[in-house]
Amino acid sequence: MNDLATYNFAYLDEQTKRMIRRAILKAIAIPGYQVPFASREMPMPYGWGTGGVQVTASILGPGDVLKVIDQGADDTTNAVSIRAFFQKVANVAVTTRTKEATIIQTRHRIPEETLKEGQTLVYQVPIPEPLRFLEPRETETRKMHALEEYGLMHVKLYEDIARNGHIATTYAYPVKVEGRYVMDPSPTPKFDNPKMHMSEALQLFGAGREKRIYAVPPYTEVVSLDFEDHPFEIQKFDKPCALCGAENVYLDEVVLDDKGGRMFVCSDTDHCEDRRAHGHAGHMLARPTPESQEAAE
Amino acid sequence: MYVAVKGGEAAIANAHRLLADRRRGDRALPSITIEQVVEQLGLAVDRVMAEASLYDRALAALAVRQARGDMIEAIFILRAYRTTLPRFGYSEPIDTAKIKVERRVSATYKDLPGGQLLGPTFDYTHRLLDPSLIAEETVAEPAVKEPGEHVMRVSDILDGEGLIEGDGRMPEGHVMGDLTREPMEFPMARDLRLQALARGDEGFLLALAYSTQRGYGRTHPFVGEVRIGEVEVELDLPEVGFAVSLGVIRVTECQMVNQFKGSAKQPPQFTRGYGLVFGQSERKAMSMSLVDRALRTDEFSEDIVAPAQDQEFVISHADNVQATGFVEHLKLPHYVDFQAELDLVRRMRRDYEAARTGGEDGMKEAAE
Repeated sequence: MNDLATYNFAYLDEQTKRMIRRAILKAIAIPGYQVPFASREMPMPYGWGTGGVQVTASILGPGDVLKVIDQGADDTTNAVSIRAFFQKVANVAVTTRTKEATIIQTRHRIPEETLKEGQTLVYQVPIPEPLRFLEPRETETRKMHALEEYGLMHVKLYEDIARNGHIATTYAYPVKVEGRYVMDPSPTPKFDNPKMHMSEALQLFGAGREKRIYAVPPYTEVVSLDFEDHPFEIQKFDKPCALCGAENVYLDEVVLDDKGGRMFVCSDTDHCEDRRAHGHAGHMLARPTPESQEAAE
Repeated sequence: MYVAVKGGEAAIANAHRLLADRRRGDRALPSITIEQVVEQLGLAVDRVMAEASLYDRALAALAVRQARGDMIEAIFILRAYRTTLPRFGYSEPIDTAKIKVERRVSATYKDLPGGQLLGPTFDYTHRLLDPSLIAEETVAEPAVKEPGEHVMRVSDILDGEGLIEGDGRMPEGHVMGDLTREPMEFPMARDLRLQALARGDEGFLLALAYSTQRGYGRTHPFVGEVRIGEVEVELDLPEVGFAVSLGVIRVTECQMVNQFKGSAKQPPQFTRGYGLVFGQSERKAMSMSLVDRALRTDEFSEDIVAPAQDQEFVISHADNVQATGFVEHLKLPHYVDFQAELDLVRRMRRDYEAARTGGEDGMKEAAE
């Protein structure tokens, strides 16, 4: 049974990679359009990044340097697992440093560091259809995209404002790509939406279970949906990162004790470590707790 | 930083070591061999083969053992292997009239050519726990009919009288789809629907089939026939100019016969629901045939009034590997999104408090 255990470079067979690359090319040619593709069963569960993994596997070459993040962090278990998968099946170089990576596979975040030309950001997407929770039928939503019929989405956002005084969507905030397709940016916080706009990097989105690939080519307009009198806003944090003192970054709230103690730290671990290496310090770093010591190691 | 949710490689490796330990269990006991699983847990092996869409008893048994008996996990493991296999071609349709029947029952005729053959069924066993199985009991040799007899299909009997619609034919020029090689699109033709049902979750199909019996999309079904047995699989080889046999597989086929009052286009006649499953799985084949018939609303101008008739609903949710992955992915970290929601809820609560304490002015502000 030993011969069973041999797999192609990056797991997928070349025919499959070719099929996926065709879908990617089509997606790049029609920014924001969801291209159906014959998603394969992967050796990790659906919903755990199979779409992103298939996209990465199809574009990965032996010379690439791969970074994998989940929630902005390189050391979350699923990020570790996917990185280990590619080390195993493609023997590819890996890094945690955003600027060194040629391909970054991500779940739920866009790195804080501005991505450069030549880099590719691969998003793992659970539900690619931005209209899905307004209309559950694929037959209907495809029609709506074809006719550019996005009134329903605007009504939803308007109802939010009427009910709450503001738009109550905080992540997977819908965007319009190059003035045509409304697109789901995957469940990244809306904080990250502006980073997609005119990005130098190629952005690819893979949804394995739902069998869709879509793309935002470099230098593409990505506009978050809003109204003139209710312009799009990103989340703001009151305090800087407790470890590196960074402001205007996305923070995770960490519960310190059972007495209401909280600290806010960078969700992007590489960004945080890089800043600390350059001498930046937040208020918790000055008085190290066991938690912060461990992270600094 | 916060270490509790940051697993890292060591934690994963340790978790897998613990899993291997629990899988092996008490080392004083002999470990189960693959052959034992194949021979003694044959129906578990059959289910894994059916829903993984891969006919290989040994690999399915290995998957069952590797998954500690978790069927969906075993199905998943076997599917992930199947997807890496190269395709040499597509076999000819199997001829189920040529099944060497080990079991064959019809509910529509008392007796018929070939007779009723119970075969290795749980039916009519009394479900009393049998302590004799605990001891190494010797089991008597079975009394079996000489195999090799081809038995006429019940649907062919009805067909002879013209009382039932023809065997499902796709429109002229239709190229048979392959669910595992093409993206799903709706509306989906019956060939692809049957593929999806054949690998669909037994429990999900059972529940849907049951719902049609209770009035949610009633189809007035009779079991024309259920047959189980081995049948030859053939591949057409253009190089040699004829079909060659690849071997035999065991399948369960169910032809459900459904009443139909006729429509503007068709005379009153019986219609069919079809189920075909790898191995021995009557429950799955019968459920599949009920759901197949329920889904054929467009062919008979029936209104879609129940979940079992709604192909997007049924087909999109029948795959247990997809379903379990997506349900279970909720345990992955979501704290970035949750942080955004925390922020929103806190903000909305502030607005709410302000509105309550601020009276009319506050309400106005919140509405703006």
